[in-house]
Formats: sequence, C-alpha cells, structure tokens
Amino acid sequence: MKEQSVYVYGFGNPGRQDDGLGPMVIDKLENENIEGITTDSNYQLNIEDADNIAGSDFVIFVDASIDADEPFSFRKIEPSAEITFTTHSMSPESVIALCGDIHGRIPDSYVLAIRGYEWDMCEGLSEKAIYNFNEAYRFLQGKIKDMRSIKKIA
Amino acid sequence: MGRKITIEPVTRVEGHGKVTIQLDDAGNVAQSRLHIVEFRGFERFVQGRPYWEAPVLVQRLCGICPVSHHLAAAKALDVIVGAGTGDGLTPVGEKMRRLMHYGQMFQSHALHFFHLASPDLLFGADGDPAIRNVIGVALEHKDLAVQGVMMRKFGQEIIRATAGKKIHGTGGIPGGINKNLSIAERDEFLKGADPLNIDKMIEWSQAAVDFFKGYHAQNKDYIDNFSVFPSSHLSLVRKDGAMDFYHGVIRCIDADGNKLLDDIDYQDYYKHIGEEVKSWSYMKFPYLRKLGMENGWYTVGPLARCNTADFIPTPLAQKEFEIFKAYTKGKPNHMSMHMHWARLIELLHSAEVIKDLLNDPDLQKDNLVVKGTKQKEGVGLLEAPRGTLFHHYRINDNDQIEMANLIVSTTNNNEPMNRGVNFVAKDIFTGKKEITEGMMNRVEMVIRAYDPCLSCATHALGQMPLELTLVDSNGKTIDQIRK
Repeated sequence: MKEQSVYVYGFGNPGRQDDGLGPMVIDKLENENIEGITTDSNYQLNIEDADNIAGSDFVIFVDASIDADEPFSFRKIEPSAEITFTTHSMSPESVIALCGDIHGRIPDSYVLAIRGYEWDMCEGLSEKAIYNFNEAYRFLQGKIKDMRSIKKIA
Repeated sequence: MGRKITIEPVTRVEGHGKVTIQLDDAGNVAQSRLHIVEFRGFERFVQGRPYWEAPVLVQRLCGICPVSHHLAAAKALDVIVGAGTGDGLTPVGEKMRRLMHYGQMFQSHALHFFHLASPDLLFGADGDPAIRNVIGVALEHKDLAVQGVMMRKFGQEIIRATAGKKIHGTGGIPGGINKNLSIAERDEFLKGADPLNIDKMIEWSQAAVDFFKGYHAQNKDYIDNFSVFPSSHLSLVRKDGAMDFYHGVIRCIDADGNKLLDDIDYQDYYKHIGEEVKSWSYMKFPYLRKLGMENGWYTVGPLARCNTADFIPTPLAQKEFEIFKAYTKGKPNHMSMHMHWARLIELLHSAEVIKDLLNDPDLQKDNLVVKGTKQKEGVGLLEAPRGTLFHHYRINDNDQIEMANLIVSTTNNNEPMNRGVNFVAKDIFTGKKEITEGMMNRVEMVIRAYDPCLSCATHALGQMPLELTLVDSNGKTIDQIRK
C-alpha cells in the first residue's frame, strides 16, 4: 500500500501581521519536521503552483481570512474558471482549475481559512490570531494524519 | 449634465486602480483619469529602523516584485556601508545579485505575457470575458499555458536559489550577498530535465518573441494604433549604452530621441528628477526638473529601455532588438502595445544573461561581502520589470533610517498611464451611448500594457487626500468628494 501524498501550501505576507498566518503554519510544520508532507509558501498563489501541486493526492491551501468563522474554517474546493486574480495572484480555485487544464488531473483540494484581524505593516500575529493559529494548527495535524492514512492502491 | 463612467477595479492589475471618464453633454470624452486608491505609507514605516534591516523590510511592500525592492535597498545600503555604488562588490556578490534580478525579470515578464497579455491577443479585446483569461488560454492553447507556467516556475526557482527563500529572501545584504551558488544548484538550472533548464527557457523565449511578431504581422493596424502618444523615456543603461537591468547610469531621451539626460550618476537623481503631488491621486508624479512639471513626465519600463539603450549585450536579443528598432527607423517607439514586444525581447535577453551567469565560475567563490567607510546616505537604482526603481535612504548616528524616499516603477509611469487611458477613451467612447465590456476592456488593456503594480506605488499615509470631482460640460462642479 502506498501512502497518500499531502501538499500544504501557506500563502500571505508575514510583514502584514495576521496576513502571515498561512506562511507561519508552514514554518511550524517545517520546524516540527512532519513526515510525509510537502510544504510550500509564498506571498500569493500564482500560475506555477498549478504545476507544483499536480503530483499530490491532497492539497491544503492555508490562508488568513478577514471574515472566516472563528477560529478557522475548513472546506473542500472545486475548480473555478472564474478569474479573481489581479495582475499577479490567483485564487486556490483557479490554481486547481489551471492544474486540471494542463495536467488532466486535480488533487483533492481544501482551504484552511484562519481568521485574522490586524493587517498593518509589521511582523507578528495579533493576540486573537495567535489563538486561532493554535486551534487551526491542531486541526491541521489531525487532518493531515487522516488524509495520509486513507488506503491508496499503488 | 455630463456623465461619469467608472471602471472599478481594474481587473488583473494589482492593488485598486479606478478609471474615471468624464463625458460631456454630447457624449464626447472630456477628461479621463486613472485614480490610485490604495496606499501603504511605507516610507514612514521604515523610519527609525536599523538600516541593515531595509533589504528584508522592503519586501513587505507587496508580494509582486519583492526581489526588485530587496536589491534596490541593498544597492542603496552598499553606498552606506562604503561598498561603492553597484560596481564595488566582489564578482560573486554582484553576479549572484544579477542572477537573482534577471531571474525576477524572467519570471515576471513570462507571467505578464502568457497570462495577462496573451488572453487579449488570443481571444481579442471583445472576446468572451469568461474565457479571456489564463484558464481560457490553458483550454484552447495548452502549449502556451504550459510554457508560461514553466517559465514562471523556472524564474521562481532562480530566486529561491539566490535569495534563499521565496518569502522575505535574505540573499542581498549591505555590501554583498550571504550565499553563493553551489555546483548542484547551478547544474539543476543548466542541465535540469526538460523543460526546466535554461536552454529550453531560451528556446521558449525566442518562440514567444516570434509569436508576437507573427501576431503583429497579422494585426498591424490594431497593434500599431492602439494608444500612441509621444513621450520621453527614461532608464538605466550601462556606461557604454548597453541595456542593463541591474546597474548603470541614468539616461532619458525625448520623444524624438534626443538625450535629455545622459551618463547621470544615480546618486544625484534628485538633482534631475522632482516629484509632484496632485490632489486627485495618492501617487506622486515624477518629472524632469529641466523640463518642469508640465512637460517633464517620462515613461519607464520595457518600451523605455528599448528606446534608451543603444544595444543589447546578448546575441539573440540583440538580433530582435535590431528588428524592433528598424520598425521605427531607429526613432523612439511610442506604440503602447509594442510594450509587449519590448517585454518579450527583454525576456529573451534575461534568459541569455541567466545562462551566461550560470556558466560563470565566479558564482562559486566565497568572498561574499565588501565593507568600507560608512556613509550617511545612499541611493540604489535598478530596472525592475515595470521600470526604473529608486530607493534612497539617509541614516542617523544610531544607524537608524531617518529618511527614505522610494520612486517605484508604476509611479514613474503615472502620467503616461493616464495619457494612455485618455487616448483609448477618446478613441472608443466618443459618440457612444452604451458601454460594452469590450470597450471597458480596451481601457484596461492599455493599463495592463504597463503591467502596473499599484499596491506599492503610493505614498505617505495621510499626506495626500483624494479628491473626486465631477464637472458638467460647462466646467461647473456638480459633485465633489474629498477623503
């Protein structure tokens, strides 16, 4: 039996307070050396991410949210051709749509949206966001474990 | 009463741009403006911070061109730590920075053309907006979409290898760099499995230039006449007049190609370039002091660089440059849509430079940093993907930044973007009573040609109020909002 591959992608700008929630989740995963996952982070999602995620069974996009339920929300996403990106960024839905177009397959994809509150130009999370971060991280660890344990026929 | 048409936001442009077109009673365009409505007050934010933090701090400006800000700040701090003005670094220091920068140019230009410009070309300005985007390109022109994705990915990996990481890279430090390029990293780019190797990137870059030339040959009237207006053009060029994105001297030519500025040391930029504030925009309007605020505006970016440079120092791009120059008989090119052509020539040039650098053994050397006698003030300039980027810092006796002034590429292009919008607005809105999506898209197309990044192009939190004024055909103010 082959193990499921999980790609965890945090995006946001750590220089803008709670906007850094996504990359900070990735930093913590990498520091704790969680086995069997691929981690990635960037300021924004972009077209090359459609290729980066293509070989994984599951993808979890981790992002800060201004209006998600507290402390976080977790939802499955479907590909969307609706382009919401500005010049230089894409939504998770459009990334997986592009992945499907150029690779012919789309990983099971989810968004972990962690509620943030402060977006000024400085590093470090707000107090409330720290609580949400910890709750979301605990949930994410369990979700990764669940995903990897699903039986896969090699 | 005149009608006001507002297009907001400008899709596929970073930040929040707003275009206002003023129509008179007869439905003619009386005035049009590109408004900038987002600001970040960055210059004030860095005041009081230790100067050595600047190359990392400035990457907070936005996630679009952090490498350009990172390196412009590092160049300014080279001066402050006494390491010279761009040519005083060790060979490995300068070449690693060049590799980072040309990687940034490569990925940015690839992204712009394949996924922002090509939808308008492949599907037309009036194409179905539901497919006139990267997803539509991927469905109907999969080869182009794949090339765009892989070229962007290759450039991003160059950045990761030189800056250390994709977020808040630390490669550039005052006086040099903090790492060299290992043999393994080098070979990954030189000999990586197809398509992620530099030879394939050069091949695809050449194909992109050929694609545009082919499209142009079939659509000359459209491409040549879509927003054309005379402008001065400014960029860095190498001392000998070669195109150079990382270092050089300031050159500015007028609309006829006469040199207005030449061989200017950018430490003295403020003697030649002023910045005007207008009540209706958060963005400043830079101008050449010698021509004054009214006439001193200029264009930066790919078209400007191809207009100011005498030659391109790599063979394939030079060949394309000669074709480009011959099209206007050596005179400056003022056709807005030719920015795409110029950008693709630069894409090819960037790929060639990356290959040359990868083959340079200096990249594996260990003398990474130079230090000298500390200075109080330093200026760093480079050619970012969207044009000339200025970083200027002054420090106090406690090594804290006490003054920062940034002129970002999009700010330099503020006036030409407004003129471009006005040209297109007059061309397509005059006499029209209904506004189609295609008409709106044409306005956006001229803005997209500049590839503006509006999110970092604004200044001085609280200093520049935004005033929106609506006037009728008699010039009477009928509404005004001031924030």
